[in-house]
Amino acid sequence: MSMPAPPVIGVLALQGDTEEHLRVLRGIGATAVPVTDPGQLDQVDGLVLPGGESTTMGKLAARYGLLEPMRKRIRAGMPAYGTCAGMILLADRIIDGAQGQETVGGIDMTVRRNAFGRQTESFEGAVDIEGLEGGPVDAVFIRAPWVESTGPDVRVLGQTGEGGAAGRIVAVRQGSLLATSFHPELTGDARIHRLFVDIVKGTA
Amino acid sequence: MANTAENDKTVGTTRVKRGMAEQLKNGVIMDVVTPEQAKIAEDAGAVAVMALERVPADIRKQGGVARMSDPDMIDGIVSSVSIPVMAKARIGHFVEAQVLQSLGVDFIDESEVLTPADEAHHIDKWAFTVPFVCGATNIGEALRRIAEGAAMIRSKGEAGTGNVVEATRHMRSIRGEIKRLGTLDEAELFGAAKEMRAPYDVVKEVAELGKLPVPLFSAGGVATPADAALMRQLGAESVFVGSGIFKSGDPAKRADAIVQATLHYDDPSVIAKVSRGLGEAMVGINLDDLEDSQRYAGRGW
Repeated sequence: MSMPAPPVIGVLALQGDTEEHLRVLRGIGATAVPVTDPGQLDQVDGLVLPGGESTTMGKLAARYGLLEPMRKRIRAGMPAYGTCAGMILLADRIIDGAQGQETVGGIDMTVRRNAFGRQTESFEGAVDIEGLEGGPVDAVFIRAPWVESTGPDVRVLGQTGEGGAAGRIVAVRQGSLLATSFHPELTGDARIHRLFVDIVKGTA
Repeated sequence: MANTAENDKTVGTTRVKRGMAEQLKNGVIMDVVTPEQAKIAEDAGAVAVMALERVPADIRKQGGVARMSDPDMIDGIVSSVSIPVMAKARIGHFVEAQVLQSLGVDFIDESEVLTPADEAHHIDKWAFTVPFVCGATNIGEALRRIAEGAAMIRSKGEAGTGNVVEATRHMRSIRGEIKRLGTLDEAELFGAAKEMRAPYDVVKEVAELGKLPVPLFSAGGVATPADAALMRQLGAESVFVGSGIFKSGDPAKRADAIVQATLHYDDPSVIAKVSRGLGEAMVGINLDDLEDSQRYAGRGW
């Protein structure tokens, strides 16, 4: 019996911190490639939607014909992980979006854009993630969204701790779709990326 | 004000500031002077807007002392778009920076385009919660700004000229020096730090990383999609476009074209396609025609 080929993880490369995701994924031994067009999307087994500006990414995805193919792949079960702007793109519903802002969708949740405030209110803090061993993650929130409400199939994996805006949902999973309000790609803690690679492999 | 912890939350950390800069990569930041222009920029796919009263081309034309914009004008732009808003403070004018931070702008540009307020010192950027971007013409300048707390470096170029030659020079110089640092041994790095008038630990970090520890963007004279792609191919992670968009014939179309060229900077067929029928570009100024007092890139120390 031959070993199955290792999965290929795509990182949406329309705008934002694509490079940081590629670096973390490659650092844990995954095969990771940038995705800018539908042909490249066809070649990947899972997709990371990075941090950046969700309005810009949404517009460019529509212009380069990626919006519908992404929706189709996700409906067909392709695993996806969104950080910050990527979480917004994976939300079925958004609040405080730009006029006419479209998302890819997939996770039955309502996400509030820029919910934690402007950049002067951006922060880092510890967040416990359900099922993740090794203690809380040091989460970096940048003009971050939060999850306002979730549907019945969505599992809440993490919430903000004590202090202002406590108890906000900032990490969720629905089947093979994962989303965080914060940026593990910026901290060097690869545990959430490992979880995603395991989801793509079908072992988590 | 930096690093204020509220229970377990800490704002204004280096990671939060540099992280914000990382989010703006592979994008275009556009100068705007009205809420209407800010909307056009957002609709075209700008990752952020720079709110200012006069674009550099008009500052050149009208002369006089150029200062921080009116808070009402900045508020108007902040409330008109949902993307990040940047604003400019004069070099060394930390009170303008304090005011901009209190207005809630997302990034401050300590900019040579405005008239400098201090001829020896730049702002101590570590003292702020908001991140700063600073211009640089060479690696020494870039590293001194990073040592002062800048979370992003951009080339200075020669703003408001529509002439990309200075930005090219600065990008080549910074990238070339980064490569050279990678070839130096320990003893030579001490010498390089002295030469560059930059702290040794930052010099060593750049030598090890093979890049700056913060994002490197380009600014100054970008007027066309091909200019933006040129900057990207020279190593800029994003592009600032000042006068180039709203001083042109069809700003919405040009803004959209520059966004596309910035993404597909290595695909000439896309750049060709978006360069068609853009209408008139800003007129532009030959730098040989510019008096020394009108050269902004020399401002900063």
